[in-house]
Amino acid sequence: MECQECHERPATLHFTQYINGQKSEVHVCEVCAKEKGYMNYPEEGYSLHNLLSGLMNFDTSTIKGPQQNTFKQVQELQCPKCEMTFSEFKQVGKFGCAVCYDTFSGRLDPIFRRVHAGNTKHQGKIPKRQGGDLHKKKLLEDYKMKLRRLIEDEAFEEAAEIRDKIKALENKPEDPEEGDPS
Amino acid sequence: MTLQNFMNEAISPWMREEGPDSDIVLSSRIRLARNFANISYPIIADKDKLEEIRDFFRDNYEHQSFEEYKDFAFVAIGDLSPVEKRVLVEKHLISPHLAENAETAAAIISENEQVSLMVNEEDHIRIQLYFPGFQLENALQKAFTFDDFLEEKVNYAFDETRGYLTSCPTNVGTGMRASVMMHLPALAMTKQINRMIPAINQLGLVVRGIYGEGSEAVGSIFQISNQITLGKTEEDIVEDLQSVVKQLIDHERKARTRIMEQSRTSLEDRIFRSYGVLEYSRIIESKEAAVCLSNVRLGIDLGFIENVSRNILNELMILTQPGFLQQYAKRTLSANERDVLRASLIRERLQLEK
Ligand SMILES: [Zn+2]
Ligand SMILES: [Zn+2]
Repeated sequence: MECQECHERPATLHFTQYINGQKSEVHVCEVCAKEKGYMNYPEEGYSLHNLLSGLMNFDTSTIKGPQQNTFKQVQELQCPKCEMTFSEFKQVGKFGCAVCYDTFSGRLDPIFRRVHAGNTKHQGKIPKRQGGDLHKKKLLEDYKMKLRRLIEDEAFEEAAEIRDKIKALENKPEDPEEGDPS
Repeated sequence: MTLQNFMNEAISPWMREEGPDSDIVLSSRIRLARNFANISYPIIADKDKLEEIRDFFRDNYEHQSFEEYKDFAFVAIGDLSPVEKRVLVEKHLISPHLAENAETAAAIISENEQVSLMVNEEDHIRIQLYFPGFQLENALQKAFTFDDFLEEKVNYAFDETRGYLTSCPTNVGTGMRASVMMHLPALAMTKQINRMIPAINQLGLVVRGIYGEGSEAVGSIFQISNQITLGKTEEDIVEDLQSVVKQLIDHERKARTRIMEQSRTSLEDRIFRSYGVLEYSRIIESKEAAVCLSNVRLGIDLGFIENVSRNILNELMILTQPGFLQQYAKRTLSANERDVLRASLIRERLQLEK
């Protein structure tokens, strides 16, 4: 795939961007990415702060061209709880409250991708008490993934065991973890 | 437990035990960032809301215990003198950022100083758990149970897709920063570490020199930690970090052996010169002290210096920092006065070993 900016070099960087909630794909070479402000790497050494302020600039407003005008007309996103706006968030680099995550949700994936090596979805711990049904859901997902791998490996005996576990879990009406924490 | 206990001793009780690979790994730490679901984060929240959080921790956890972590002290940062704050920072019990948030910030610290909880730092809650030596898995296990213990009473800001919702996007997901503090004198001496750091960064890990500015690590002490917190389980993050730490341990041991084979006498000379400086100097700057302490510690590990405890590096690195020196002197000291007191404390401490 060639770079959509210079049409010369191959596109080595692939981003998803959101303009007015519209998703579009960007494929550019490293040179153009730097020039057009898709990325701002710290020149020397590693600094989380530089990286972060660099990626906060990774926003549609840094792209020059006809899109810029339409972007400017968009009403600024603002968190209904803490009243932080999206541009404040970009400037400070910090969320103001948990609701900000919902408010800005359409624009967060590119940021998270940059900071967390392409990841946008949590895979780790679920709160013990609050987690409720999520524990069961996650366990089921884990079992199903294991099952698929075992079947691929033709380890049918073990696969049968896992299948029984899945059935037992699916038939269990309620999560024992749920309920009064005290 | 009172604040005074934390102030008097440079070395935390948990440091007295020797953990695995403690010739190279000084300590392992897990930090979890958590927030209340329904309260704005400290950068933007109203002062009275943050005071409510602070009071919640005092009312619910002061003098409480959890498993082996006994008698939590509640420390309101606003009540501390500048020197006291500095001492807690130098002991890594609180962060510099918490010390600055004096108005509403607090810390909950267990008697053995293994657990410290920072309240109203960048996030509402930062759980920190330390283990001596290379024990990341144990530290993670304990951090999880401590997290569950807190969650009995706190409704966390958590989302199925994004995980634990932190104030900074760099912490979202697991909210976990796992780190180890390593003494890597041979890799530093041979400059091998400079080539290794970029490779380690490529793996999504961060290497930082502790004590000293920029990339320069005074005293050859480095902190290695994970950068990514989203999209991987805590166990996987710890495993990745562990495998890099294991390789670093391996390289450091090999580099030590090679130096011993190729230039034993000049290494021995360097170690004993440093020992001499620490034992006899009357004025010593913190940078020189750090370099000499690192060399002496290497001398202990290699068997050149006997009858001096390994802990001397950890202990004197903390004891000879500005905050501690002034706490010891019970007054503010000029830089020159600090250099004199530093030299005398080090001499005294080495005398104790005899
Ligand atoms: Zn191009
Ligand atoms: Zn908000």
